Parts: sequence; C-alpha cells; structure tokens
Amino acid sequence: MANALSDGTVAVRGDRRPVARYGLRFVALGYLLVLLAAPVAMVFYRAFQHGLGPVWSALTSSEARSAIEVTLIVAISAVVLNTLFGVGTALLLVRRRFPGRHLLDVLVDIPQAVSPIVVGLALILVYGKFGFFGSWIERNGLKIIFSLPGMVLATSFVSLPLVVRSVAPVLAELGDEQEQAARTLGASSWQTFRRITFPSIRDALAYGVVLSLARSLGEYGAVTVVSGHVIGKTLTLTLFIDERLQNFDQPAAYSAAVLLAIIAMGSLLISRRFRTRSRSVL
Amino acid sequence: MTLYLSFLVLIPLGAVVWKSQSNGWSAFWQQVRTPEAWDALKLTLTISAGVALFNLVMGTIIAWVLVRDDFPGKGAVELFIDLPFALPTIVAGVVLLSLYGPRSPAHVDIAFTRTAITVALLFVTLPFVVRTVQPVLIELDRDMESAAASLGASPFLIARRIILPNLVPAMLTGTGLAFARAIGEFGSVSLVSGNLPFHTEVSAVNIYNQIQSDNPVGAAAQSTVLLVIAFVVLFVLDRLKRWGVRRG
Repeated sequence: MANALSDGTVAVRGDRRPVARYGLRFVALGYLLVLLAAPVAMVFYRAFQHGLGPVWSALTSSEARSAIEVTLIVAISAVVLNTLFGVGTALLLVRRRFPGRHLLDVLVDIPQAVSPIVVGLALILVYGKFGFFGSWIERNGLKIIFSLPGMVLATSFVSLPLVVRSVAPVLAELGDEQEQAARTLGASSWQTFRRITFPSIRDALAYGVVLSLARSLGEYGAVTVVSGHVIGKTLTLTLFIDERLQNFDQPAAYSAAVLLAIIAMGSLLISRRFRTRSRSVL
Repeated sequence: MTLYLSFLVLIPLGAVVWKSQSNGWSAFWQQVRTPEAWDALKLTLTISAGVALFNLVMGTIIAWVLVRDDFPGKGAVELFIDLPFALPTIVAGVVLLSLYGPRSPAHVDIAFTRTAITVALLFVTLPFVVRTVQPVLIELDRDMESAAASLGASPFLIARRIILPNLVPAMLTGTGLAFARAIGEFGSVSLVSGNLPFHTEVSAVNIYNQIQSDNPVGAAAQSTVLLVIAFVVLFVLDRLKRWGVRRG
C-alpha cells in the first residue's frame, strides 16, 4: 500500500512489503518478550503467587524495614547533593567561561563509563582506613567507608551526570537575556535565580531528580563495596535482596525485587511526563 | 563545583590508577596477567563485544519497528523499552533467574553459565542502540526514499544505500555505549553467573573478589585496565560524533 503525497510522489513505507514488515515486527517484539517482558512478568508472578500477605510480611520484617530506611536515607542524601551540585555545575558550564571548564565538562560524564565496582574501590582507596585522607578522617573520629557517608558518596558518584545533563541543555536553549535584564533592574543573583532561572528549568530539573532518585534507590555495585554489609545498619534494599538470596529466602528477595521494580516503572512514567513538559518549554 | 567533583570523581579515580602503579609497571602487568584476572578480562571483553554487536542488529530493528511500524500496544513498548535503565541491576538478575534459572517454568535453566552472562548483559544494555538510532530515524527525510523508489530502487537497495548510511553514526554510538556499559556491569552478572573462576567470572566480579581478599593492588590494576578501555571507547565515540556533525 503506497501513500500518495500532495506533490504526487509515492511515499515508501515498510508496508509496501507486508512480509518484511510483519517479519521485523515479529523479530523485535519476540525479542522484547523473551528478554524483557516475560522475565519481568515472571518475577511479579513469583512474588504474588500466594497473594499480597507474604509480600507484605516480607517487607515489614524488621530487617526489611531497616533496609528500606537505609535506602531512603542514602538515596535522598545523594539526590540532595546531586541537585545542589547538579544545578550549580550546569549553571557554571552553560553560563561561565573559565579555565578548567572543559575538565569539568568531562568530569561530569565520567561516572557513566566507570564500573560501579571501580567506583567503590576508588572511594575506599581515598577515604578508607588506609586511604589518602583515611587516617586524617579516622583521627577526627569520622567514618566514611563501611558506613552511611561512604554509601552516600558512592551513590552520588554513579548518579552524578543525571541532573546536570537534564538541566544544562534547557539552560543553554533559554539564553541569558532575561537573567541579564533582571540584573540590570537591580535583582540580586539569588533573586534572579529564584524568579527567572528556576521557573524555566523546573521541569527539566524534576526530570533529572526523578532519574537520579530511581538510580540512587537501586544502586548496588558501588554500594556493596563500601557498605560493609552490617545487617540493620548499612544494608540497603538491593543488598538486602542479595543477602536474602544467599540465605535461600527467595520470597523475601522476590518481594523486595518487586518493590524496586514498581518504583522503577513509576519513575519511568513520571520522568516521561516531566521530559515532555520540559521540552515543550523550549 | 570543580572542587566537589574533584573530591568525588577525580581524586578517587586517580587513586585507583596510582595504587595500580604503586609497585611499578612490571608489577602492574603481573597483576593484570595473573591467570584468574586475565581469564576474567578475556571473558568480559569477548562477551561484551558479542553483546554489543547483537545489540547493533536488534537495537536497529527495534528502533525501526518503533518508528516506521504501527501496532496496538506500541505506546507501552515505547515506554518500557527503557525499563532496563531504570531497573536496579540486581533486580535485573533476579528477574532473569525467576524465568531462566533453577525451577524455571519454561524449563530453561541457564543459571551459572556463560549464556546467563550474555543474557544479563543483553538485558541491561537493551536500550542503548534503540535510543540512539530512534531519533535519527524519526528525523530522516523520507523524500530521499521516495525519490529512490520512484527511480525504481528495490526496498533492499533503499535500505542499503539511503537509510543505513544515515543511521551508521548513531548505530555505532549506541553499540559503543553498550560495550562500555557491558564491560563494567556487576550486579546482574554477579547474580546469574555463579562467579566460577576461569569459567564465569567477569572482570568486575574479579575486582570485587580481590577487594574482599585484601589485594587492593590487584583490584586497582584490573580496574585501571577497565577504565582505560572505557575511556578509549568514549574518546572514539566523541570523535565519531564530531565526524557525524561535520558530515552534516
């Protein structure tokens, strides 16, 4: 079936050859079914096959509750750090020209290319007991590695680019005419940010924050290296899954996995909305 | 800001490279070449390359179907194609084991095999090629295809001479990103692979084991190798992007 365009040419569509079209559709959807949809559906089935009750009790055991709490503390701290430094870094990168700007630009993207295990190792080597700053930190009675601060650092490391890379393009697209106008009219830089810049980057920032939160709640590799796995103290939900699996407690592991999967799906839906809205600003 | 990022990113990564060199270059090389670490590295690179190439083909097909085809439920597919990016990697491992592990209802038990590593890596890298190719395909000017068709070109010829050349930079970018991600993957792989040395132990797991067995120099050496490979890939991709921009 060919569509005639207004200028009389014939639009070529995949549907000119239905065999090819259905073939490709079959291959693509079949692959997604086998690799993605069926396994995800299966984990939901396994978790809920005896109803909601077992899931609920698995997630409200004291160990699980503490894991949820630790996860929230670590993820929210990392997201707050990422939001503050992410917006700051995006402003610097887009609005200022300074020596070292290119270095900063490169630094922001590095975490994407680094294995989470390497992130953990890197933090241990610097902030651990025998690390560069470790002995100084210990002498001052602080503990970073094998406790919450290290987990926060690891989590902000891996989710570092998300806020910057969501906000920076919107800032660049906006230009700075309005900000300069506000300044000539006597607004302080905080006023300019709050009244002019922030409202225009709000949706892009929300998009970055949702992505960052989703990534932080689910971080495993980097956190497993620096956490020390103290049950009830430094066990996040992802580490809890691992720990339960090693104790052959599949139901609890499936329950926590399903909880994280639901959060991931929710964050996809929410972030999609913010992304569309932030693009419609431009 | 630069200071914060230096303390968070630059100094720690520098420390990894520094640590790997602390006993000199030949000691570094020795650590990389210990049989277990070397096997893990070879396995990681081989499987990651295979996975990246498979993504190149499947990702392009999926992107094509999402852009040029229409079917009920396309919106849902479009949304959940990103799920592997949003799903924690250990959950990805649990998800795969629930269907393809012991007690598999499909009677396919691939747990603790190299196949399992491959499937886990395919899962976590699924969106890369799709998401880089898709926008290019949407922007692609269909007039060229119409022109070629009106001049009598077969669909195969159009695909090869007109569509494919336009997609190649995006396809390669997605493949490179998938490769860089695959060589560093830990969570999903450590769960499904069983981590048998010389058989299913990948580099990231090997590094983890070396940290646990208190061999930071060996862990740092293996990490440095992964870092260098990832940076080379990113550098090449950056060049590729500039080349794509220059070509218009």
